[in-house]
Amino acid sequence: MEIPRHWRLQKQRYGLVGEICPHCNAKIFPARDICPECGGEAKEPYRFSGRGAVYSYTVMNNAPAGFERGLPYTIALVKLDEGPTVTAQLTDLGEKKVKIGMPVEMVTRRLKEDGDERGMLIYGYKFRPVMG
Amino acid sequence: MEKVYIAGIGQTAVGELWERSLENLSAEAILGALKDGGRPKLDALYVGNLLASAASGQANLGAKIADNVGLTGLETTTAEAGEASGAAALRLGYLAVKSGYVRNALVVGVEKCTDTVGSGAESMIAHGIDYDFEAVQGLTPLGQAGLLMARYLDVYKPPREALGALPILAHTNAANNPNAMYSKAISSETYMKAGIVSDPLNMFDAAPYADGAAALLLTSDEKISRKAGKEAIEIRASSGSIDALALHERPDALAFSAVTVSTQKALAQAGVGWKEIDLFEVWDAFSIYGVLSVEACGLAAWGEGWRWMMEEDHSPMGELSLVTMGGNKARGYPLGAAGVYQAVEAVLQLRGGAGANQVHGAKIALTQALGGPASNVITHIFSRS
Repeated sequence: MEIPRHWRLQKQRYGLVGEICPHCNAKIFPARDICPECGGEAKEPYRFSGRGAVYSYTVMNNAPAGFERGLPYTIALVKLDEGPTVTAQLTDLGEKKVKIGMPVEMVTRRLKEDGDERGMLIYGYKFRPVMG
Repeated sequence: MEKVYIAGIGQTAVGELWERSLENLSAEAILGALKDGGRPKLDALYVGNLLASAASGQANLGAKIADNVGLTGLETTTAEAGEASGAAALRLGYLAVKSGYVRNALVVGVEKCTDTVGSGAESMIAHGIDYDFEAVQGLTPLGQAGLLMARYLDVYKPPREALGALPILAHTNAANNPNAMYSKAISSETYMKAGIVSDPLNMFDAAPYADGAAALLLTSDEKISRKAGKEAIEIRASSGSIDALALHERPDALAFSAVTVSTQKALAQAGVGWKEIDLFEVWDAFSIYGVLSVEACGLAAWGEGWRWMMEEDHSPMGELSLVTMGGNKARGYPLGAAGVYQAVEAVLQLRGGAGANQVHGAKIALTQALGGPASNVITHIFSRS
């Protein structure tokens, strides 16, 4: 069981909350202790819009423990509109063919099953194609 | 500062070695290196390993491995730098001997992947990537390589078969390496028809995780090699550099900046340029990593690494020979031991003992190990002394 480490990341996982640097206004995700742009200390929370575009993607055919049920699944590097890139699964794809550059938006989904059927379910962000 | 020589080498065959243990594999490599280098009094043992805690439930490897071969009383430490752990152990040994505090040191890289199988194995191999923001999404090293390859193909548009040049060369070379996991050359057609692992990466783009151990005897005493009737091989450079752990933290994921820095530092230390280097044990855990590495270390322009791989001769007869004993792809990829295998193979080449794959007149070799997608890069340069 890994409850504490997932609990402390709730805001980041559920709300895509990162940081904005008080020194240079760089938007940072995931949160870190030192701003990668200016080297100042970064502490101020910032909620990202959840919109972005696919920078790259791959389809996983072998899964680590806790992900087997989702096979095969698509993972992307998503470049957020505000600048940073995140690693996330793509979801709700239906028949849609993924392309680099495709606009996507964040949704909250089940990420992983921790342990057996009595284990914890871990939720967090995934991205789906922008509708319409 | 002392000069650091490699006086002895040892290695086990690489493969899925179900019947053998961590310490048993280590023993074969260590005893091989001591037999080769003439059994001087040892001061220290440095272990390179990635998975033992997860796969075998075993930490404190130095005591286990040293005691098993009767090396009581010496000091030991295990180095962990992701898949570059073997190279990190070599660097620890190098620093210790270079400083003069340690005269004779053993370096052993050992990996025992097959103590855990199935999805548990995929999970532990993912321990080297960012747990909170990569692994939690179901990403693994295979997936990271797939992401980089998809982006590379999209941006630079090389012909798909160009990525096959390095794996095909690795398999050709491994056919003459008695310790290699695979001994069969593959054709371009076989490469192109291979099953997809993490799209667009196919089975032949990825090196096979394997068990194995390799060892080096380091010394500051050049006479030790002469006594054993071997040419001493000098370690001319040892350098490390890191990048962001997670791919998403990098401004340009296709630029392996830690490869650039680590290579430049090593070349400057050794006082040599690429023109003087005869062989390059480039890190081919994934075919795309080889391509990105040769771009980052200045051998090919950005976006042209695939062409450099495909159009120039990198066989043992070529201008700059690559993966001369089969690389991770075909020798087999014993993760935290692989960096030590690279060094053993470089020494074989510089001694003129590489058999059918001998690089004629080889004088200088460069080896480079990557932890993750060049998150932690360790480079060594070796030369005949």
